[in-house]
Amino acid sequence: METTRKGYLGIDVGSVSTNLVILDEHAAVVAAVYRRTQGQPIKAVQEGLRELVSQLDEEVEIMGAGATGSARHLTGVITGADIVKNEITAHAVAASQVVPDVNTVLEIGGQDSKLIILDHGIVTDFAMNSVCAAGTGSFLDHQSARLGIPIEEFGDYAATSDSPAHIAGRCSVFAESDMIHKQQVGVAVEDIIYGLCHALVRNYLNNLAKGKDLKSPIVFQGGVAANAGMKRAFEDALETEVIVPAHHNVMGAIGSAILAMELELEPGESNFKGFEVSDLEYQTSSFTCKGCSNTCEVVRIKVDGKTLARWGGRCGKWELQDEGGVERKRKELLTRR
Amino acid sequence: MRVTAPQMGNLHLMLEDLFRRMGVDYVKPPPSSTRTLELGAKYGPEFACLPLKINIGNFIEALEAGADTLVMAGGHGPCRFGYYGIVEERILRDLGYDFRFMMLEPFSDGAWAFYKTFEALSPGLSIRKLWKILKVSFAKARAFDSLYKRALEIRAYEVNRGDTTRALKEAEAVMAAADTREEIEAAAAESMAVIEAVDQDPGRDVLKVGIVGEFYLLLEPFSNFGLEEMLGHKGVYLERSVWVTDWIAPHRKNIIFGYPHRLIEEKAAPYLDQNVGGEGRETVGTTVIFAERGFDGVIQLLPFGCMPENIATSILPRVQQDHDIPVLTLTFDEQTGRAGMVTRVEAFLDLLKARRGSRLQAV
Repeated sequence: METTRKGYLGIDVGSVSTNLVILDEHAAVVAAVYRRTQGQPIKAVQEGLRELVSQLDEEVEIMGAGATGSARHLTGVITGADIVKNEITAHAVAASQVVPDVNTVLEIGGQDSKLIILDHGIVTDFAMNSVCAAGTGSFLDHQSARLGIPIEEFGDYAATSDSPAHIAGRCSVFAESDMIHKQQVGVAVEDIIYGLCHALVRNYLNNLAKGKDLKSPIVFQGGVAANAGMKRAFEDALETEVIVPAHHNVMGAIGSAILAMELELEPGESNFKGFEVSDLEYQTSSFTCKGCSNTCEVVRIKVDGKTLARWGGRCGKWELQDEGGVERKRKELLTRR
Repeated sequence: MRVTAPQMGNLHLMLEDLFRRMGVDYVKPPPSSTRTLELGAKYGPEFACLPLKINIGNFIEALEAGADTLVMAGGHGPCRFGYYGIVEERILRDLGYDFRFMMLEPFSDGAWAFYKTFEALSPGLSIRKLWKILKVSFAKARAFDSLYKRALEIRAYEVNRGDTTRALKEAEAVMAAADTREEIEAAAAESMAVIEAVDQDPGRDVLKVGIVGEFYLLLEPFSNFGLEEMLGHKGVYLERSVWVTDWIAPHRKNIIFGYPHRLIEEKAAPYLDQNVGGEGRETVGTTVIFAERGFDGVIQLLPFGCMPENIATSILPRVQQDHDIPVLTLTFDEQTGRAGMVTRVEAFLDLLKARRGSRLQAV
């Protein structure tokens, strides 16, 4: 008897990139999409889903779906995700799947960076950059534009450098003027690029790793991990090997798919609305509730004039959402006790 | 004379009572809103901390509402706060507002000056009468604080989300109406009963989290995006290290937090043996207390650029290690977004649940 292949969907919608994956029952990646969010999270998810389907060579039944990233709630509503989790947890889960005894996760995304410390698969500490972009991917993005070298080629340049230029990386504005100074005195471009990687690593470690013990194995993930110069700079600074997983740029999505898998939903129990959501027209709007002094901004999302969900209020009076699989399961657990 | 003071949590309920007894016409500033903060950020110095900016916004909105006399707490010590009244007055005068400005310096800085400030608000008020008013009004303020403390604990167990907050509103109204000592005592019991009556699920597996940090950030929900209520709704039992009445009278017996200041200093001593201004030492000491009591974690709140709390922040990793308690530090200023805070808090709760190995972990 032939059965349909079973899979788990994970979606990570961040400020810069939107990543989607489908995992099989053994958490192996069946399909993966990495694309830019470009400020349009709904469109990014819809087109991402379409792209994901086009990668499949046979039909896959989605047994569970998870959403993460800064647009996780929105994504959860559109797709009917069974679990909506923050990106720190999602990244930790994914890293422990790839390297089961991982102790440290370095993650650098477009607008934020995270450091996660684990012990036997359990997160024991984490840090996330707060007010400054100097330790994130946009710092490199910005400098690559200034150097006129595509960010994709940064790694190759950095690999050829023997003596990285020392660039003041505490602040991206100062880094820029320092970098121009280095150019003007004739420092080779590959040394400048590798120097920038070092500056970013220094910044990251100063901001996030203060007082923390970074033990091996160390996994480096996020979009910036594609840059071999960054991996090398981390290895120089930490004096140990740093592992970059094959799917380093979609780890958030992998993590949320694993979280969905861990729900162990029965066939048909998932709340996933199907890949057809790519073809629906969503309208989002927001209003300020005048009910009390909190003046919450409430977001509303509609399909064909029908309100699908509302959220954003502190008191819960506007809250409206389809109950996903998790919610049902949680209620079940509560009543069972 | 129409008197106002900055908004801070439920301080207005306490001031309403005090000023009514003194015969002072009190103008309650409109609740802090994004407009309040926008005004404050526009006219306040960029490098000043968040509380100053909200204060300025409160004063402007109260002046718009007809206030003509502004009262601001003073104080001393190595935190900038003692200077804020002076800065705020200067900014508001430069903006062209016409008002009377009064700095209320602490009693310990001089009893006579303390009395004269109140006397200026209520001419002819005798020392004897002021003392009587302060005593009874303070007893009422204690009762308010007790309610808020209990609400933080009960919210974690409420069956219907929002019930505790609603019950608290009702309890506040009961409390606010009390006048004489006897009435205050009766109202305290009655209002507490209102809160206790919230439909609760006592078997719920709740996380216990201690909230520590800078005074204003802890007391004004607007400044921390309603963190306490949000945690309560996620089923987190909370205790907080800072209370208005404990701060006014830290040496009284009936403390709301439950720990005398001397003990807090003692607990902080191995890490920080002197006052560093603000609540720096208290943050360290109370984190130790929460850890020793077996709390799952501690959340520290501070305004960006707060020196005393930054000192505490740099010390907390050692406390965290010695006492094996996770600490999450959250920094706030007018640029801070709620989403970033929520992400960190959610991840922190995941961490705490995982540490506990609770079966709710998967959900």
